[in-house]
Amino acid sequence: MNTTIMLFLVQDGITNGAIYALLGLALVLVFAVTRVILIPQGEFVTYGALTYASLASGQMPGTAKLALAMGIVACGFDLFAARKTLHGRLILRSVLANVVLPAIVLALTINLAAQKPPVAVCIALSLVIVAMIGLYLYRIAFQPLAHTSVLVLLIASVGTHLALQGLGLLFFGAEGQRGPAVLSGAFTAGSLRFTGQSLTVYGITIAFIVGLWLFFGLTLYGKALRATAVNRLGARLAGIRTTLSGQIAFLLASVIGALSGIMIVPITTLYYDSGFLIGLKGFVAAIIGGLVSYPLTAVAALFVGIVEAFSSFYASNYKEVIVFMLLIPVLLLRSLAAPAVEEEKD
Amino acid sequence: MSALLSVTDAHVAYGKVEAVRSVGLDVGENEIVTIVGANGAGKTTLLSAIMGILPLKGRVAFAGQDLARLDIEDRVAMGLGLVPEHRELFVTMNVEDNLELGAFRIERSRAKASIERIYTLFPRLKERRKQLAGTLSGGEQQMLAMGRALMGEPKLLMLDEPSLGLAPIIVADIFRIVTELRASGVSVLLVEQNAQAALKIADQAYVMELGEFVLSGKASDIAANERVAASYLGFQHEGASV
Repeated sequence: MNTTIMLFLVQDGITNGAIYALLGLALVLVFAVTRVILIPQGEFVTYGALTYASLASGQMPGTAKLALAMGIVACGFDLFAARKTLHGRLILRSVLANVVLPAIVLALTINLAAQKPPVAVCIALSLVIVAMIGLYLYRIAFQPLAHTSVLVLLIASVGTHLALQGLGLLFFGAEGQRGPAVLSGAFTAGSLRFTGQSLTVYGITIAFIVGLWLFFGLTLYGKALRATAVNRLGARLAGIRTTLSGQIAFLLASVIGALSGIMIVPITTLYYDSGFLIGLKGFVAAIIGGLVSYPLTAVAALFVGIVEAFSSFYASNYKEVIVFMLLIPVLLLRSLAAPAVEEEKD
Repeated sequence: MSALLSVTDAHVAYGKVEAVRSVGLDVGENEIVTIVGANGAGKTTLLSAIMGILPLKGRVAFAGQDLARLDIEDRVAMGLGLVPEHRELFVTMNVEDNLELGAFRIERSRAKASIERIYTLFPRLKERRKQLAGTLSGGEQQMLAMGRALMGEPKLLMLDEPSLGLAPIIVADIFRIVTELRASGVSVLLVEQNAQAALKIADQAYVMELGEFVLSGKASDIAANERVAASYLGFQHEGASV
């Protein structure tokens, strides 16, 4: 192997690793705050990517309708949960957030889709649609189970992944799609060629990581999220609703997932079920980070990306096998290093 | 005038085991009420149930409102605060962040003023403001837990074993601060095994044994009671724990 190929593989690995880093961070965030191992993270990626690609090609994405349907169910859940203390403001707030908002977005999508809107509008709409799906998914599938064990939450997570994947097939069909590049053009530095798209990936990943760091370090809501992750009872005693923290975590995870998808879909053809595998690589990084450490997860994600790039060069048939095999020594080391911990009680 | 906190015929159970039976208690405004009793008598269980952490059968009213359907967070918003036995601090966050989060539901401008008030009350916390909560000593952690609860501007602060495992000099400090709280208009419901210290500062007292109140009245009368003196002020009552 010569240096040019090596540099090219490292560059490719870093581009993919940057996406895995975002997904890994979202997984760590959601797990720390809600104890949910977010398997449907991959569906957020697919939904974001394919909603964006559909809009850009002038098609109406089914995800906008799904957001409204889920919003109506979430509203029903809200009202049922508060049935004994219902008052006007609560009903109005729930209807506005869960029904009126997705209805407006659906109307906008129907209107704009036919006109092949510009890239920025497609991105914004896709993010809003997937963010709403993430938020309602938490309300419907995870909030009612918030006090159950990690295992029950994991089962719910698998269930929602399967359901969303099936719906993905219904909305987008079995054919793969590609979307337009967010930033076209390219430049060459030495033997390396940087496309506008790969620069977008680096830029957005760095911006997001810095943004998350500022959010967690400086804002009250960011600190509340960290507090919930550190000590759920302590957070509740300080008046921080764990459901609010869960909503913020899912909102961030779904936006990160959708954004990752939008960044990948101009580079790779994505299918309705491609997100699962991409999400799993973020999961490998998150596991290396012990599902708690953000910096370790980000570094591990870059490592996963580079290992993947090199293994696809040397043994492309075994690419996935090699990446997932990284988990075995990590889990072995962690199991030897850490004592068995009983599940946290709420 | 009706009591600030009023508990009537409360039962709390862990599965089929009833840990608190038929308990009634009142805490008035500007009042320190203490519940004394041996380890395992059900004191912590009762506080947890009043806060909404455990389900309670019976009636709990705070500031005239029934708390039955309210979550922990709603109770905090109403002005009920709990400093639990294990403190439940955000150990990987610094002192200032812990305090700031205590005022999560309070207006930002008021929270800023509150934090200065807490630093006046606990000067040690000001010195340690950038230190991680998990690295503080036991006494400082207790002060931080109290400070965080006070940041939420409670009308009634419930303290669960604030003196547990602390050096006598710090215990004295904490009890002094509890009396200062009463002077500043915060009522206190104090659960303590250190009955002597608790009865000294309290207005009213309840003695709890095996999940029931066996005695109640003015703290000074309870302190003078022979049975209490024998069981709690002199030496621990054998077999009292469940």
